[in-house]
Amino acid sequence: MARIQNIDDRFDALTRRGFLAAAAGASALFGFPTGAWAAMNPANAAGALGPVPPLLFEPTLWYSIDEQGIVTVNIIRAEMGQHIGTALARILADELEANWDHVRVVHVDTDSKWGLMVTGGSWSVWQSWPVYTCAGAAGRIALIEQAAILLGVAPSDCQARDGVVTSGAQTVSYGDIVKRGKIDRRFSPKELATLPIKSASDRRLVGQPVMALDIPPKINGTARYGIDAKAPGMVYARPKIPPTRNGSKVRSIDDTGAHKVKGYLQSLVLDDPSDTVPGWVMVIAETYPAAIRAAELVKVDWASGPTAHVSEKDILDHASRQIADPSGGAVLDTGGGDVNAAFGAAKTILEQTYTTSTVLHFQLEPLNALAFESDGIFEIHTGNQWQSLILPTLAKALGRPEATIVMRTYLVGGGFGRRLNGDYAVPAALAAKALGKPVKMVLTRADDARFDSVRSPSVQRLRMAFGDDHEVTAMEHDAAAGWPTQVMAPALMPKSQDGVAYDPFAISGADHWYDVGVQKVRAISNDLANATFRPGWLRSVGPGWTNWALESFMDEAALVAQMDPVAFRLKLLTGRGRNSGSAPDSVGGAKRQAEVVRRAAQLSGWGTPLPATTALGLATSFGQERDMPTWVACVARVHVGRESGKVTVEKLTLVVDAGTIVDPDGARAQVEGGALWGLSLALHEGTLFVDGQVRDTNLDTYTPLRIADAPELDIRFVDSVETPVGLGEPATTVVGPAIGNAIFRAMGVRLRRLPMTISAVRSAIQG
Amino acid sequence: MISFTLNGQTVSMDVDPDTPLLWVLRDDIGLTGTKFGCGIGLCGACTVLIGGRATRSCVTSIGMVQGADVTTIEGLDPAGVHPVQLAWAELQTPQCGYCQSGQIMQAVALLKDFPSPTDENIDAVMAGNLCRCMTYTRIRAAIKKAAASMETR
Repeated sequence: MARIQNIDDRFDALTRRGFLAAAAGASALFGFPTGAWAAMNPANAAGALGPVPPLLFEPTLWYSIDEQGIVTVNIIRAEMGQHIGTALARILADELEANWDHVRVVHVDTDSKWGLMVTGGSWSVWQSWPVYTCAGAAGRIALIEQAAILLGVAPSDCQARDGVVTSGAQTVSYGDIVKRGKIDRRFSPKELATLPIKSASDRRLVGQPVMALDIPPKINGTARYGIDAKAPGMVYARPKIPPTRNGSKVRSIDDTGAHKVKGYLQSLVLDDPSDTVPGWVMVIAETYPAAIRAAELVKVDWASGPTAHVSEKDILDHASRQIADPSGGAVLDTGGGDVNAAFGAAKTILEQTYTTSTVLHFQLEPLNALAFESDGIFEIHTGNQWQSLILPTLAKALGRPEATIVMRTYLVGGGFGRRLNGDYAVPAALAAKALGKPVKMVLTRADDARFDSVRSPSVQRLRMAFGDDHEVTAMEHDAAAGWPTQVMAPALMPKSQDGVAYDPFAISGADHWYDVGVQKVRAISNDLANATFRPGWLRSVGPGWTNWALESFMDEAALVAQMDPVAFRLKLLTGRGRNSGSAPDSVGGAKRQAEVVRRAAQLSGWGTPLPATTALGLATSFGQERDMPTWVACVARVHVGRESGKVTVEKLTLVVDAGTIVDPDGARAQVEGGALWGLSLALHEGTLFVDGQVRDTNLDTYTPLRIADAPELDIRFVDSVETPVGLGEPATTVVGPAIGNAIFRAMGVRLRRLPMTISAVRSAIQG
Repeated sequence: MISFTLNGQTVSMDVDPDTPLLWVLRDDIGLTGTKFGCGIGLCGACTVLIGGRATRSCVTSIGMVQGADVTTIEGLDPAGVHPVQLAWAELQTPQCGYCQSGQIMQAVALLKDFPSPTDENIDAVMAGNLCRCMTYTRIRAAIKKAAASMETR
């Protein structure tokens, strides 16, 4: 994220600097009502907002206080299961000394004033922490100073707590301060930079249990997702998805059969200046069931794009050729040194190749969007994770200024990265423009799968050089995969030390915190993958494949070094040099990774005897990026059926150091979900490209984890007051390699391809 | 004209009898708590109770519910405090929440058949309900908690 902000300062509004500038400009002026934007309160039925009260104190963009003392916190992040509004409001309310019962959250609609709107990368808490703590502290100080005037005392004699300022026996509530006094407090940039932030021991909300505000509507049927959006006079659309993601053209349409369907209206070839959905036909009907049926009967003749016959094997073979060619790709800065010389001098070299298959997001709410023009504004109603990315595309598609397009905010019925790519908003908008009326597009499950921004298949080659006494002297990691950022946000790609623009999210994880001597990490964009589909950011993105390879390889390397896999890792996690970490985000560096490894091993009973064909396997991760490490270790206890090859995961033990934990139960839920995602990706999911399309499009053949296969989970967090970092993804990436390592320790067979299918395990056992 | 009882009230609809109940509930009647997930009866997000039995409304045509008694998440309890809902809240079971109406309706049906369910009962009956956020551990615990509280009643 830091990288993205460095590259495009349009997106800097969320950084500490951005907030401070905004706060200095509009600081602590007595309120003006700002309820003009619609938005969504996830605590209420259908996300309804309450009435906007007449008086508001709005110390910053990020919240207001009304004369009843209600604190309304503005949230720019999508609510997709993380209870993010609750966590962020807790940060702000704690610093503000607000009464939690008076806190509301509003998930806002798009507006340029919010700056970058993105929910991904496990960034939300980490990025918002400095902004919301500063915002809360500024408000607290302004309220205390105004209370002091009202009470006729010095501010230093006042104390704020639970939404009330107290001085001796006198008290005044935040609501009364707002009602009675004109607050006119400006903070100089210097003051803002040195605001007194509460010490960790004074926190009253952060780290304490809380009931997430979005939960009640999610258990009584009143929660409102994008698929529940309605507009008067809307028609329904189901797309006919072309044979290739890119480059398809409609030759002709025959909708004779569809006319028999009651409610069928027409079939519309989309004219898309943004080239987001080339070759799309929208089947329009009065009801959605009619659109589904009619679409089955509409015949479209397409001229396919060039990838109409690309298969999974073609993509993987291409990746293997790229890896064999030493000239391509981007070499990351991993500290320099001559890796070729180090390998030349090695006593032993270990080399292995790891492969992962295509994976679907399969978020349960199929993609959908409602679009219409109203009063000169084009409205898009849909759940989305990266509004700032798709708005310029929508502007291009619709041929109108971005400022005249607004994306209304809804709960997201599963994001997992699919809704970072807002391509699905474009066809609904184009159809609404063409028809001059509201269009609600809903994809069927099969449409959704075929239009998915899948996780790219990948091929990785890892090499390690060992010197005398099996000391590790060098390591090389080459990874070839489709690059989501190159395809969808190329301007945001940083340059490697050799000047090649690369997708950091597609290689992150390979630039690990182990001391391995001279290290080379090479990221390769698989252009055949990029042409065949839109590679997606899928929960954990690159580390979903890099950490699978890395942590499987570390166990293989431990074998060469004749060491226990835990001891081998601890030996390399020294926390020295470039792995020593830095303030504020990675204080302690690799020593914190070593600590979670040590604790997970101990908790799981590492080294104690287990029944036959049952074993423990360990893997670790630093989460998503070196810039924002979340230290995780996982031990999987696995039983393998000797005859069947069936792998049963009996228990997962995870230890997580994510710095300060804001919402303990929400944090735990993210690790639970992430870990079981990791298990699902390791054993239960995976598809293949056949003739330019994914083979599996529904639950009859695509089979994510179900309840019976969910093992016992033992999840522990390290007590910490360090910077809070991300939790949505890190647990995902440790489970697969922990299972693979356990299978090896149970059966002596090594699986190097994800998913690890029953038949692959059985064939490996049978040799 | 198709008539049935929905959440305790009689409803009469003039719709194509082949229309899936799911879309009648969501789009014609406006009860959107029942969700569309897979359309082939394999994810469970669209689960409602018909005559007290958990049923996938995406593969149940409206013509088939003529005269039947249909309950959706909105009608499970007038105040939304059915013991299963309370257990779901206490354990903060939902993440994105999209599947949870279906999970809750399936769990209500489960507890009718198995008032004190074993893990095996839960695995068998809840197998048809996918939770993509993978809240399974909490779903299991919430079912047991609801069972305990319903027994006390």
